[in-house]
Amino acid sequence: MSTSTTAVLDTPRGVEEHAATRLKYRSQAVAKPYFIAAIGLFFGQIVFGLIMGLQYVIGDFLFPEIPFNVARMVHTNLLIVWLLFGFMGAGYYLIPEESERELHSPKLAIITFWVFLVAGALTIVGYLSVPYATLAKLTHNEILPTMGREFLEQPTITKVGIVLVALSFLYNLSMTVLSGRKTSVSLVMMLGLWGLAIFFLFSFYNPTNLVLDKYFWWYVVHLWVEGVWELIMGAMLAFVLIKVTGVDREVVEKWLYVIIAMTLISGIIGTGHHYYWIGTPGYWQWWGSIFSAIEPIPFFMMTLFSFNMVNRRRREHPNKAAVLWALGTGVMAFLGAGVWGFLHTLAPVNYLTHGTQLTAAHGHMAFYGAYAMVVITMISYTMPKLRGREANSRGAQKLEMVSFWLMTLAMVAITLFLTAAGYVQVSLQRMGTTPMPFMVAQDHAATYYWLREASGVVFFIGLALYIISFFVKGKTDEAAH
Amino acid sequence: MSASFTKSTARNIFYGGAVFFFLLFLALTFDTTQALPKRDNRVNLTEQVARGKNIWETRNCIGCHTLLGEGAYFAPELGNVYQRRGPEFIKAWIKGQPTGAPGRRQMPQFHLTDGELDDLVAFLKYSSEINTNNWPPNIEG
Repeated sequence: MSTSTTAVLDTPRGVEEHAATRLKYRSQAVAKPYFIAAIGLFFGQIVFGLIMGLQYVIGDFLFPEIPFNVARMVHTNLLIVWLLFGFMGAGYYLIPEESERELHSPKLAIITFWVFLVAGALTIVGYLSVPYATLAKLTHNEILPTMGREFLEQPTITKVGIVLVALSFLYNLSMTVLSGRKTSVSLVMMLGLWGLAIFFLFSFYNPTNLVLDKYFWWYVVHLWVEGVWELIMGAMLAFVLIKVTGVDREVVEKWLYVIIAMTLISGIIGTGHHYYWIGTPGYWQWWGSIFSAIEPIPFFMMTLFSFNMVNRRRREHPNKAAVLWALGTGVMAFLGAGVWGFLHTLAPVNYLTHGTQLTAAHGHMAFYGAYAMVVITMISYTMPKLRGREANSRGAQKLEMVSFWLMTLAMVAITLFLTAAGYVQVSLQRMGTTPMPFMVAQDHAATYYWLREASGVVFFIGLALYIISFFVKGKTDEAAH
Repeated sequence: MSASFTKSTARNIFYGGAVFFFLLFLALTFDTTQALPKRDNRVNLTEQVARGKNIWETRNCIGCHTLLGEGAYFAPELGNVYQRRGPEFIKAWIKGQPTGAPGRRQMPQFHLTDGELDDLVAFLKYSSEINTNNWPPNIEG
C-alpha cells in the first residue's frame, strides 16, 4: 500500500473513490444495502425474542396486543428474512469477485432489494396489526391455502413474492457466473442458492392429509437448514478464509468439497429424524438415527477447516474481527448443530424429548452458530471494504470483538438454560408413573426461563454494541498489511 | 489432508454422494407414500376435517402449541388432546379464553362459531387417530 493511497483513505471525503479502491468490481457495492437490512432485521428479531422470553414467565405480558404466537412468528420470520438478506448480500459480493467480472445487472439487484424489503416489512406489519385470520382473509389464503404452518406463516402472496425475488437474484448471479470465471466456491454457492429456491416451492404444497403436509413441510425446512444452506455457509466461509488467510485456493476448495459431501451424504437421509412420530413408517427410526448420527461430522470438519486455514495463514489480515467470526462460526455451528443436534436425534431418546425445550435449545444455538455467525463473518469481512477501507479502526474492531463474545457466550447460556428447562420438562411430564400436566411442569422450569431471559438481555447488549461498532471512527491500522 | 487426495476426488465424492443419497431419499419417499394409507387415518379425512384444518391454520395454533410434537413449546401438545380432554371440554375451553388469570399464559379469543368449533374438534380427533408409533409417551403429551 503506497503512502499516497493511505493518505486518501484517511480523509473523510470522496467515499465513492474509496470504495472504488477497495472493491475489485464496482457492482459489488449492491451488497451493502442487503447487509444493512440484514442487521436491522436481526435487531428486530432479538427484540421480539426478548418479548417471548418474558411471556414464558409473565404469561400475560403484552397480551392481548402481542400474543405469544404473533411474537414467535415475527421472531422466526425475521430470522429467516435477515439470513436471506445476508445470503443475497453475500452472493452479490462474492459472485462478481469469484467470476472476475461485474455483476450482470446491478440495477436489477437494487430493485430486487427494495421489493424484498417492502414485501418483508408489509408482512411483518400485517402480523402485528391485524389478527392472523384477518390477514389470511385479506390476502385470499383460500385461493391457495399455505398459511399457518410453522415458519411458513407468510401469506401466499408473500411466498409468491419470495419466489420472484429469488428468481431475479438467481438470474442475476447465474448470468454473472456463466460469462465469467467458474470457481468451486462460486459453483457451490450457486448450487446452495438454487437448492434454496427449489425446495422453497414445497411451501406451496399443503394437503389436507396432515401426515403428507408434515412430510413435505420438512422438504423445505430440513433440506434447507441441514442441506442446501450448509452449502451456502461452506461457500461463504471458504471465500472469507481464502481472503483473510491467503491459503492456496486449491486447499480451501478441497476442504469445501469434502465438507459439503459429508453434509449431503448424512443430511439428506438425516431428514428421517423428523419422521419418527408424525405418522410415517417405523423404518425411519433406523434411517433417521443412523444418518443423523453422522450429521455432526461435516460440522466438526467445518471447525477443523477454519482453524487449520487460519493456522496455515500466509498473511496477517488487518481485519482481526472477521477472522474471529470465521473461527467462531466453525466452533459454534459444530456445538449447536452437531453436538446439540446429536443429543436428541436418536429415536429412543427423541421419543422422550420430541417437541420439548431441548429442541428449542438446539434450534437457537444451531441457527446462531451456523447461519447468523456465517452471515456476520461475511459482513465483517466485506463491510469495511464496502465502506472504502481494508479493515475497520482498531477501536471499532475491539468493540466488534467484545460484541462477538457477549453474543456468543449469551447464546451458550441461553442454550444451557433451555436444555435444563427441557430436562425438567422431560423428567416431569414425559417420564415416571404419574406424569405432570404441561403447565405444571412448565412452572417447575420457571427459574431456567428467567435465567434464559437474563441471558437474552446480555445477547441484546452484545448486538447493540455490534451495531455501535459500525459508527466507531479512528485510524485504520494497516501496518500489518 | 494428504496431497494424493485431490480436489477433483473430493468433488467427485460430493457429486456422487449427493446424487446417490438424493435418489435414495426419493425412493424412501415413494415407499413412504405407499405405506401411508394404512397409517395416516385418511379414511376419516372428511370435509369437516378439512375445514377444521383450515381453522387450525388460519388461527396460527402452531404458534403456541405442538401437533404431533411439532410447533411451538409455549402451550400443550394437541395431537392427543381429544383423548386427554374430550370434545366438550375442548370447545368450552376455546370459548372461555382468555382466562385473564394474572401472570398466567393467555390464549386469544378467536370468536369461533359452534360449527367452526365442531370442525376444529373433528380435525383434532382425526389427528389423534394417526399411527404415530405410540408417541407421545403418555396422555400428558
